[in-house]
Amino acid sequence: MLHIVACIKQVPDTKIIKMNPKTNTMDRRTAPAILNPYDTHAVEEAVRLRDRYGGSVSVLSMGPPPAVQAIKKCIEIGADEGYLITDRRFAGADTLATSYALKKALDKISKINPVDLIICGKMSIDGDTGQVGPGIARRLDIPPLTSVEKIVEVNQEEGFVIIHRKIEDGYEIVKSTLPCLFSVEKTINEVPYSPFPNMLKAAKYQPHIWSVDDLEDVDVTQLGLKGSPTIVSKVWAPPKPEGGTLIEGEPSKQVEQLISVLFEKKELFSVREGL
Amino acid sequence: MDFQDYKGVWVFIEEKDGVIPSVSLELLGAGRKLANKRGVELAGILIGENIKHLAKTVFEYGADITYVYDQPIFKHYRTESFMKALLECANKYKPEIILFGATSTGKDLASAVATDLPTGLTADTTELDVEEDTGLLLASRPAFGGNIMATILCKKYRPQMATVRAKVMKALTPEPGKTGKIVEEMCFLKEEDIRTKVLEIVQETTKKIRIDEADIIVAGGKGLGNSDGFQLIHQLAETLGGAVGASRDVVEAGWVEHPHQVGQTGVTVTPKIYFAIGISGAIQHLVGMKNSSLIIAINKDSEAPIFDACHYGIVGDAFEIVPLLIEQFNQVIKREELGYVREV
Repeated sequence: MLHIVACIKQVPDTKIIKMNPKTNTMDRRTAPAILNPYDTHAVEEAVRLRDRYGGSVSVLSMGPPPAVQAIKKCIEIGADEGYLITDRRFAGADTLATSYALKKALDKISKINPVDLIICGKMSIDGDTGQVGPGIARRLDIPPLTSVEKIVEVNQEEGFVIIHRKIEDGYEIVKSTLPCLFSVEKTINEVPYSPFPNMLKAAKYQPHIWSVDDLEDVDVTQLGLKGSPTIVSKVWAPPKPEGGTLIEGEPSKQVEQLISVLFEKKELFSVREGL
Repeated sequence: MDFQDYKGVWVFIEEKDGVIPSVSLELLGAGRKLANKRGVELAGILIGENIKHLAKTVFEYGADITYVYDQPIFKHYRTESFMKALLECANKYKPEIILFGATSTGKDLASAVATDLPTGLTADTTELDVEEDTGLLLASRPAFGGNIMATILCKKYRPQMATVRAKVMKALTPEPGKTGKIVEEMCFLKEEDIRTKVLEIVQETTKKIRIDEADIIVAGGKGLGNSDGFQLIHQLAETLGGAVGASRDVVEAGWVEHPHQVGQTGVTVTPKIYFAIGISGAIQHLVGMKNSSLIIAINKDSEAPIFDACHYGIVGDAFEIVPLLIEQFNQVIKREELGYVREV
């Protein structure tokens, strides 16, 4: 039976997020938290594959205890099980330390139920990097497939998948061995409203919660802020660009003036055909 | 790890159908500056099949050295094969800094390489600098949803790595005939060692909108109210012979497809004329268009931050201004065509 794990993240949902001036990391308490929108598509795709081929969907997240709410959201979408790794020692992790911690958690999940396929969202809206998915794949030594916009076939028996991978001017059709990891585009599916029974299930559901000590063979120096090669040294508001000239007056006069500005760049328009 | 062993700035050079895309040339320009400041050599790394001749271009755009992996196994980009070549090369020659374009290929490759080295990787950089004496790379990018800028450092690991946004750095003017040192390398890889196969590449030329190549962009935001209101943007773009752009909100609301999105999570554009209509001007949008040569903002809200970022601004109702603009523009074009003296 196919066992798919979707890796998800709870993210702050607002533009008013504040920083911790000591560590220069986000102070998550200052903003309401949601399931990363890109990850909803990862979970939805995992659920669809399960419905198509049979099997089960687990979700995995690293984060503070309130991230349980994001996992419950995944249960609403249709996931079967949820795992949260939470511990102060995970805090402040960059993408390298994050993929290390998630790899250790995936090792443990695999002992409970071997993992065939991992699906991640394209990126998180707070980090905007897209680096954790490929990082997990490298650490597990399975092929990373990024920019996945369609899953054509998952063949567990013969151990392969066929997917469409988005490239700059079209897509590639790629075949890969199983197990492997996908980072999926938002366009891969549309997430419908959750069915009522799922919402009931989610309301009562409690995910498995693990600390560092519940994982095996963990090198704690590779976790959290300590295990992160990158640090945020400075955060600043970009300098305000110089404001321009305001064109005032009646609309028709404003437009006249604008036209004369445009026609200083006349060469741009003269090459047009059919005028 | 002895930092003394790590020297030089590298740029991963992408290749498509025998051509180097502009993002790689821009990175050579940015890399040249870092290398000069540090007093070290700039190298390009080229991986592919039948690509050795491209080294000439790499030199002309600023590199001193080009590392070349020219083997049939590299015909298509695949994470595993390219990663092996780059890891081998980096472990052998130990660069201090490696830059990649923040493209689908560059991001995919950099993420894998950074994990295996291991080292730190900064994503989607928009500003680069280096400390002259320590070689510390200062990689800055909009962060936390694009509301603030952050400078990211990697103090304890080498090489330092970053992916860099397209159209943000400037390519050098090529020096015809400039040459350098070619270092040919071989990667002992068998096809059966690679777990992925590219079965087919499907080009979607008609569907794909390249707003990053347009001279004129007419972009609309949430101020247009709804997808019907957004039609105004299409009309003006058509009149001016420009492309349609959009803010993140508009794309998320589904009024227009993602390839039209300008900004940190969309496309970076540098057209000759950029119209921002009904766009408030969040930082994540501004980083995607601020290098346009002429920015014109039309917005009802006189307090909108876009007015601090534009060259000319009109505070007014787009539904009144834009139709007038279309009408007057067409009249002026007609007069010009007939050889009349311009009256406006």
